[in-house]
Parts: sequence; structure tokens; C-alpha cells
Amino acid sequence: MTPRPPGADLPEHPDRLWTAAEPRASYDVVIVGGGGHGLATAYYLARNHGITNVAVLERGWLAGGNMARNTTIIRSNYLWDESAGIYEHALKLWEGLEAELDYPLLFSQRGVLNLAHSLQDVRDSVRRVEANRLNGVDAEWLDPRQVQEVCPIVDISPDVRYPVLGATFQPRAGIAKHDHVAWGYARAAAALGVEFVENCEVTGLRVSGGRVTGVETTRGVIAAGRVALCAAGHTSVVAATAGIDLPLQSHPLQALVSELLEPVHPTVVMSNAVHVYVSQAHKGELVMGAGIDAANSYRQRGAFHIIERQMAAALELFPIFARAHVLRTWGGVVDVSPDASPIVGLSPVDGLYLNCGWGTGGFKATPGVGWCFAHTVANDAPHPLNAPFSLDRFVTGALVDEHGAAAVAH
Amino acid sequence: MLLIPCPWCGPREEAEFHYGGQAHVAYPDDPAALSDEEWARYLFFRDNPKGVFAERWSHSAGCRRWFNALRDTATNEIHAVYRVGEPRPVTS
Repeated sequence: MTPRPPGADLPEHPDRLWTAAEPRASYDVVIVGGGGHGLATAYYLARNHGITNVAVLERGWLAGGNMARNTTIIRSNYLWDESAGIYEHALKLWEGLEAELDYPLLFSQRGVLNLAHSLQDVRDSVRRVEANRLNGVDAEWLDPRQVQEVCPIVDISPDVRYPVLGATFQPRAGIAKHDHVAWGYARAAAALGVEFVENCEVTGLRVSGGRVTGVETTRGVIAAGRVALCAAGHTSVVAATAGIDLPLQSHPLQALVSELLEPVHPTVVMSNAVHVYVSQAHKGELVMGAGIDAANSYRQRGAFHIIERQMAAALELFPIFARAHVLRTWGGVVDVSPDASPIVGLSPVDGLYLNCGWGTGGFKATPGVGWCFAHTVANDAPHPLNAPFSLDRFVTGALVDEHGAAAVAH
Repeated sequence: MLLIPCPWCGPREEAEFHYGGQAHVAYPDDPAALSDEEWARYLFFRDNPKGVFAERWSHSAGCRRWFNALRDTATNEIHAVYRVGEPRPVTS
């Protein structure tokens, strides 16, 4: 009797959600970067604008960069009108996204607390709550007792180094499963005709007479009518090949998870002052993020002392975590802008569009930026919601200073 | 964590240092004469290479002196450190 080969009894491989394509010679639109923003942009180009001759070029595998490394927090409680516009647009899209993509995203609106630990924190937080309300963003100011009602495991005792004096609360904020978000967008975009080319690193932009004509890649030259950059931490490197300098600095940003634990943490807690943000994933891991490593680096790896400080902060807020174990830590490369706001819009080269500078906070914006960036590419003009986030704001001085609401990292 | 060779104190852990960003960015000779574009470039634009980067560090928990380093941002390898005022070393 012939022995059955290993695996012969396993079920067949499930149907693929999309097919990895071989690069063709030319496309109407090439999107550089197959993370969340690139995939969402591709989807809305096809869905909202009927542009389907589109390739998403990804140097690794789809959604394997920062999309696989973020802490999945979704919120729209930013201070300024410009930010409220685009982040709230994103949150509204999140609220219908599972139905839109017909795919489970594990989108959970469990709310976010942004803790205040000093009198100035309190003033700034109350101001931000009022600003949010004026912009139609749900926001409440909670005193320490109310904070504990929302999240019973937060230590609100007054005799700790950084006592909790209160918090802003956005009930509609939450988390989603990042992989599912990428897969949902990829599947939906593929069904509309978008192609995905993986293991295809863009090594140069081709520009002729001030207009982009294509991209050079590790898999050959690809002509393109328009090129949309969604390359996050590597945007400076790609843009430099077209002679474009950007006001970006690339830094490692670290995060970590604990082992699987019983559900203990019902919401999302962020604290600027003690430098940590924590939620609990559906599966049970505590998911924690820290601030960026100070020094510029393209290594997807950060320094241990950042993690150490982050853990100290987490234990200060959540004494119950004292016996939890760190299971895994990792880093991604984020592109930080001078005003902690993104750059989304036109570039100095015709047909080349910028989506960068999201720093530590790009995941939450995924649907909103996909929507607006697709509009920008399709119309060669920014959508009203991303018009304030132009590159030339650094010359005009019309900055969108979100260092407060961008939270821990900047 | 980086092991950074302070030119005054020798190799110390990164946690003893404070980062100062790009080195050799001179304050404009006549700031009032700059155009908006030139001022924006001075204020907001810094090099962001994937490769060798000349940057400033302060040994804030040691000798408290500033110095410059050439570090490869793709590998984190430090090629050289040199004192403020010295020219950028030539590396291969």
C-alpha cells in the first residue's frame, strides 16, 4: 500500500481574494505602495471614478509594511477644522465599510479615552472636546470617576506619579482588524479590475518635460499616465528620484502585544503624557504602541529603552498588567511631517501625486484618504477635504498643527 | 539600542544621548532677505536619506556636549563621530 503523502487529507486551499499580477507595460494610474492607503485609493479610483486600468506596486507583499504593524486605532477627535474634516469623513466611511466591501473587518466602536494628567492637559483636552463638537465629532469630557466607569482597570488614584485628572472620550472611535481591512479593499478593487504587483519595488520615477511618464522598478520599467505615491516611510526616497524634496523625516515606530488574556480592557486608552496607547484585540492580546524613536532610521526596528519606558507607562496606568508578558515587539518606518499633519495632494511634477506625512496615525484615515486621494488623482485637483493638506502650506504658513491631537508619537 | 561613541567619553548607550537631527544646517546669514520658499526650506526641510546621514547628538547624560555623527539610516551603522566645528569626514 502506498503511504498517503503528508497533507493529503487537508482541505483544498481556499479561493484567493485577488490574483497577483505580472506587471504590464503601461497603466493609466500606477499606485506606489500596496498598504492600506494604496489599496483604498485603488478601490475608490475604480468605484467612484471608473478608473480601472490601475496597478498597485508593492515592494514586498500586499499590506505587509506599516499596514501589518500599526495598532489599528480609529478616531477622529482632532483639534482643527481641516483635520476633523478628513478624519471624520474617514470615520463615517468606516461605519459603513463592512457593508460596502461585503467583508468582515471586526470594526468595533468601543470608544477612545485620551487621558489628561496635568492642568494644562485638562485645559487642552476640554478645548479639543468643544472643538470636536463644533465640527460634529462626538466628544465628551469625563472626570476620573467617569473614566473608571468606561474603563474599570485604569488606576485613578491621586497618589501616582501621573494622576488621571480626566479624559476626553469619543464613543464612536474604536479598532478594526488591519489585515481584514487590506484584504477587503484588495478583493473589492480586484473585482473592479485593479491589478496588484507584489515583490515590485519602485526604484525611480520617470519624468519628462515636467510630467511623470512612468516608474522604474525591480521588475522593469512601467509606463503610467499618473503616479500616486502611497509609500509611507519611504516616500522621501521615491520622491527624490524625481528631484522632489519633502519636509519629512523617517523614524521607527514600535508596538508590541502581550500573550492572549481574558477580556479586561473594554475600550482604547491613550496618554500623551506617559507615552502609551493600549487596546485589547478581539483575540485577547493587549496591543500597545509607543512614541517614535528619536533618530531617523529606515530600519524596521527600534530601541529597547523606548519599549521599556512604554511598559513603565502602561503599568502606571494599568497595575493589572504587571504579570502580563510581552509576546512580540516590532517596528515600522513612519514619515513624520513638521506639523503632525499629512501631505495629500499635487506635487511639483505633473501627474505625480503625494500622499505622505501621516506619521504615526495613517491607519485610521485609510478610507477617508483613499476617497480623497482617488479624487485628487482622477481630477488632477485636490478634494475639498484634502486641499488644506497641500505641500505648499509649508511656504504659505497655513500649517495644520496637530501635535496635541496626534497624540503620543510626535 | 545604539552604542554611540561620544568623541569625548567613548562608547555609551543611546539612552544617554539626545538627538539633534541633521547636522551642518547653518542659520541664514540674512534671514529677513529670504523669500518665503527659502525660509520654508530652512525651517521645515531636512535631508531624509536612506543611507549615510550627518546628524547631531548631545551626550546629555554624560559630558553634556554636542557632537556630530555619520550614521547609515539603512543599517544604523555609525561610520564616524566628530566634534562640532570639524568638517564632515570623508567616508568610503
